[in-house]
Amino acid sequence: MKPLSLIRIAWRALLRNKFRAFLTMLGIIIGVGAVITMVAIGEGSKQSIRDQLSGMGSNMVTVRPFSNTTVGGGARLGSTGLQTLKLEDATAIQKQAQFITAISPAVSANGQAINGALNWPTSIQGVSPAYLSIRDWKLNDGSSFTESDVNSAAKVCLIGQTVVKNIFSVGEDPIGKVIRFNKIPIKIIGVLEEKGENTFGQDQDDVILAPYTTVQKRMLAIDYVQTIYASAHDEQSSAAATNEISDILRKQHKLKNGDEDDFSVRTQAELISTISSTSQLLTVLLAAIAGISLIVGGIGIMNIMYVSVTERTKEIGLRMSIGARGIDILLQFLFEAILISITGGLIGVTLGITASRLVNVFLSWPTLVTESSIVLSFLICSITGVFFGYYPAQKASRLDPIEALRYE
Amino acid sequence: MADKILDVQDLKREFQMGSERVRALKGVSFSIEQGEFVTIMGSSGSGKTTLLNILGCLDKPSEGNYFLDGVNVKNLSRNELARLRNNKIGFVFQSYILLARTSARENVELPLLYNAAVGVKERHEKSIKALEAVKLRDRLDHLPNQLSGGQQQRVAIARALVNEPVMILADEATGNLDTRTSYEIIALMQELNQEGKTIVFVTHEPDIASFSSRTITLKDGKVIRDVKNQDKRSAREVLMSLPITEDY
Repeated sequence: MKPLSLIRIAWRALLRNKFRAFLTMLGIIIGVGAVITMVAIGEGSKQSIRDQLSGMGSNMVTVRPFSNTTVGGGARLGSTGLQTLKLEDATAIQKQAQFITAISPAVSANGQAINGALNWPTSIQGVSPAYLSIRDWKLNDGSSFTESDVNSAAKVCLIGQTVVKNIFSVGEDPIGKVIRFNKIPIKIIGVLEEKGENTFGQDQDDVILAPYTTVQKRMLAIDYVQTIYASAHDEQSSAAATNEISDILRKQHKLKNGDEDDFSVRTQAELISTISSTSQLLTVLLAAIAGISLIVGGIGIMNIMYVSVTERTKEIGLRMSIGARGIDILLQFLFEAILISITGGLIGVTLGITASRLVNVFLSWPTLVTESSIVLSFLICSITGVFFGYYPAQKASRLDPIEALRYE
Repeated sequence: MADKILDVQDLKREFQMGSERVRALKGVSFSIEQGEFVTIMGSSGSGKTTLLNILGCLDKPSEGNYFLDGVNVKNLSRNELARLRNNKIGFVFQSYILLARTSARENVELPLLYNAAVGVKERHEKSIKALEAVKLRDRLDHLPNQLSGGQQQRVAIARALVNEPVMILADEATGNLDTRTSYEIIALMQELNQEGKTIVFVTHEPDIASFSSRTITLKDGKVIRDVKNQDKRSAREVLMSLPITEDY
C-alpha cells in the first residue's frame, strides 16, 4: 500500500472524530507549548545575564593583591590593604603579555563630590585611558583624558550618570565645570553613558573616573596600585591570559616555586560560566517538567488509540476481509497516532511561540525561543506518537478477522 | 465444461475448546463452476459458518484441500491470504459493515486501496462503475446514514464487485432486510449472476435457495444434499407480483 493513501486513510479516520482527535492532541499541544515556553524563559534569562556580564567586558581580566598570610595577631588583610601590586607590575604585563590588548592600573578613593550647593557621596576611580575600552564603556559627551594627563597627574575627570543627576540640576551641562572631590578641585571633561545596575545590583554609574596618577598622588598619597584591569583578545583567550599574567607577576614578585601567589587573577568568563551553568540548570529543570507533560500527552494518545482500536474492531475485520494485511492495519493506526502527535506538535509550537511573546510583553520577562527547543520538542512528540501509537496499532494488526467481523 | 472456481476436497476443521475437541467440518467435498449461483444451507451448528470462513480465506482447514481459482489455500501465509481475499473474493455481510461518515463511493473504493496495481484514476472509475452496476449512480456522495438498508447493502455489493473478484461470497446478505428489499437484493444478485458472476450465498432461509441454481445443504459438518435447482424462480417476477403496500 502506498504511503500517500495510508496518510489519506488515517487523516479521514481522524476527521471522522474531530473533537476526540482534538482532545487527544491537547495533551501534546500543551506539552510542546510548555516545553518551548519554559525553555524560552530559561534561555531568555540566561541570555540577559550574559548580556549584562558582557556589558562589564566579558574578556576582562582582573588582578588583585591576595594574601593568605596573617599580620600581627592573626588578622588577615583585605586586598585593598595590601600594597604588593605596583605600577611596574602593570608595565611588565603590558610589555610581556601576548594575550592582552589593553591594561589599566586602578586605585580608588571614596569621598564627597561637591558642586556648589549640591553634594553626593561617591567614589573616584583612578585609571588609565585604556580603562574605557576594557570595560566596554562609552562617553555620552566630551572626551576622555589622555596619557599626557596621566603623566602630569592632571586634575580632570569623567563622571557617571548617577553623579551627574545628584550634583547637577536638570539641563545644566557638566562639561568644563570644576567640582570638588574631597576638597580637591577637579575639572569634568566627559560624561559617561549610562550602564545601569550590574548583575549584583550595584549602580555602575555612581562613579568618577580620573587618571590614576591624580588619585594616587593628589588624593591617596600612595605609590602602589589596588587593582590591575586588563583586556584579553577575546573571551576564549582569557584563560590563557590569566596564566600568562600569573607567570609574569610571579617573576616580578620573585616568588619561588613553592611560594603561594601574592595576587589573584580573575576573569569575567569564570563568572559568566558560573552564572550560566546556574541558569542552564534552571532551563533543564523547566524543560524536564514540561517534558513530563509531553509524556502524559503521549499516554493520552495511547489510551485513545486503544479505545479506538476496540471501537473499530469491526472496521478492522472488514478491512482485513477485503484484503488489508496486518502491516496495512498496523501502519494505518500508527499513522493516525503520528498524525495526532504531529498536528498537535505544530499547534503546540505555535502556542509556545505565542506564549513566549505574551510572557515577554505582559510580564516583561526576557524570553528567547531557540530553534533547538522547537526541533527537539517536535522530534520528541513525533517519537512519542510512534512509541505510544505502536502498541495499539500492533494490537489492531493482530486481530483475528473472523472474530473482529463478529465483534459487536 | 466451465472452469472450476472453487474446489473443496474432503475438508475437515477441528477446534480445541478447552479440553473438548469440536469437529465443525467432518469431510466436505464439492466444487463450484464459473457462473453458478449456489446457496449453502444449514441450521445453526451445521458447520455453515466454519465453511464460509474457509471459503472466504479467513480460516484454513485442518485437513483436506481447498482450491480457489486453482490456488491451494492450505500453503498460503497470512499476507498471501489477504491478497487472495483482495483479488478473488467479494464479501457481502449481513450487517453491511460500511464505514460510517464515509461516502458511498469511498466505501466502494476501499478494497482498491489495498490493491497496489490500481491507480487513483482507475480507482475512481471502477468505483463509479460498480455503483452503476447496483443502480446507485446518483448516490455517490451519500453517507451510509443517508441511505436505506437496501441501498446500504447495494453499496456493500458494489464494494464486493469493485475488484472484479472470481466469486461473491454473501453471508446471510438479506438477513437484516424486509421481504421486499430482500427480493430486490436477490434480484440484483440474479442479474449479476446472469452477467457471469459466480455467487455463493450462505443462508438458513429455504425461500432464498429457490432463486439459486444449486443448493448445498450441510448438517452436522457434512453435506447431506447437493441438488441442482431445476425450476429456478426469478426474484424480479416475485417482486412484481408482491402487493405494493404504501402503509409506511
